[in-house]
Amino acid sequence: MDVSGEVKSARDMGLVACTRCTRVWPAGTRSCARCGQWLHPREPLSLQRVWAWWSLGLIAYVPANLYPMLETRTLVSTQDNTIVGGAVEIAGHGSWGIAAVILTASVLIPIGKFLAVAGLALSVAHGSHVSRTRRQQLYEVVEYIGRWSMIDVFVVAILSALVQLGAVVSISPGPASLFFAVSVIATMLSAQSFDSRLLWDGPDPSPAPRSRLA
Amino acid sequence: MSDTPSDPRASAPGAGSGLASTRVEGRAEACVAGSVPDADLASLIACPQCDAVYRAVQPAPRARAVCARCHTVLIAPHRQAGQRLIAVALAVVVLIGAATLTPFLRVEAGGMSNATSVLGAALAFSARPMLMALTLAVAALIVFVPVLRALLILYVLTPIVLDRPPARHARAAFRLSEALRPWSMAEVFAIGCAVALVKISDLAQVEFGPAFWMFSALVILIVVQDTFMCRYSVWTSLEK
Repeated sequence: MDVSGEVKSARDMGLVACTRCTRVWPAGTRSCARCGQWLHPREPLSLQRVWAWWSLGLIAYVPANLYPMLETRTLVSTQDNTIVGGAVEIAGHGSWGIAAVILTASVLIPIGKFLAVAGLALSVAHGSHVSRTRRQQLYEVVEYIGRWSMIDVFVVAILSALVQLGAVVSISPGPASLFFAVSVIATMLSAQSFDSRLLWDGPDPSPAPRSRLA
Repeated sequence: MSDTPSDPRASAPGAGSGLASTRVEGRAEACVAGSVPDADLASLIACPQCDAVYRAVQPAPRARAVCARCHTVLIAPHRQAGQRLIAVALAVVVLIGAATLTPFLRVEAGGMSNATSVLGAALAFSARPMLMALTLAVAALIVFVPVLRALLILYVLTPIVLDRPPARHARAAFRLSEALRPWSMAEVFAIGCAVALVKISDLAQVEFGPAFWMFSALVILIVVQDTFMCRYSVWTSLEK
């Protein structure tokens, strides 16, 4: 790790790297002859695309919370549940653990992703006190978690396909499921649009980045 | 392009002049490149995450070459990775095919019962016109994309494993397979089944069909696939 000061980027060496197959080419090469990927020293308009998808994700996240996610019909009643409403109801039955899991997966993690992507994009534009390694780790976590948020939509699909017990009880999906899926997909595209090489172009918050992280 | 060796710790075997050793795991070695004539570019490797350039040194099987500054795994060869990936891809196609059509969960309450298949879960959104798009999206994410990806991997890797020249358009096929990777969500769906079961366990009696266990196996298979897939090795094989 002591050598990180001497590591040179492809751009500094007058080269352009392929982000798909890791081959390097002389600067100015248009496409990778190994895998066919278009080559850019840094993705053009990376941050603009990040913010565009980010905004769509955030806008879709609002109706995803306002409309019902599930509609449950029983013999005696019809009930619409929003994401938070459903968790509150489950907590009311005494299942605090499940309610906490639902709130974490459907509320804390999506909001955390919005904050993380915005923070990363802002750090590229304005600099940051967080070390580049730590921001890279944050980016990888966001990229990894992104697809797992679709689990809410799948749960709605399974529940409404399964619980069709005539007059006894039946569950059908609410409009929020569509908005939630759009929000998750837009957030994934936002994270994918982010060119993490931009993180490494800026200086590290020296002199001792690791000790400042506490 | 005129670097001189500056690091006294430089000690990588196989390194030319102007190189320093980087962080490695196991016996893997990747080296910082110094001055490089164009003809040598093929021997270099750039970290896709942070753009750092190294001289690629093939690590021993099961060892990994790791980027010195962002710790991204660059090269991770495994013995017989090709055969294993082919086996996993075949299993994925069979499992998803079977799980899509056979009922995989069954509930019972108040004398009524109902069962659903994976395709049924996707079709749950088709009851409302507004949610039709979700039916297509869910079917794509949990059935079509994972199967297509497995078929592409079979198409690309089979000739390589058999020591034949790469299949026609193998590079485009592998590129598509890589682009589809984040959108292949069969294992997310499998975990979603578990969550759904917890949610309805107090509402109704639940029975697992065979397809439920198939999807559970799928989660493990996808982990195996990610472990054995060394993109660098595949791309260099396709280059020959």
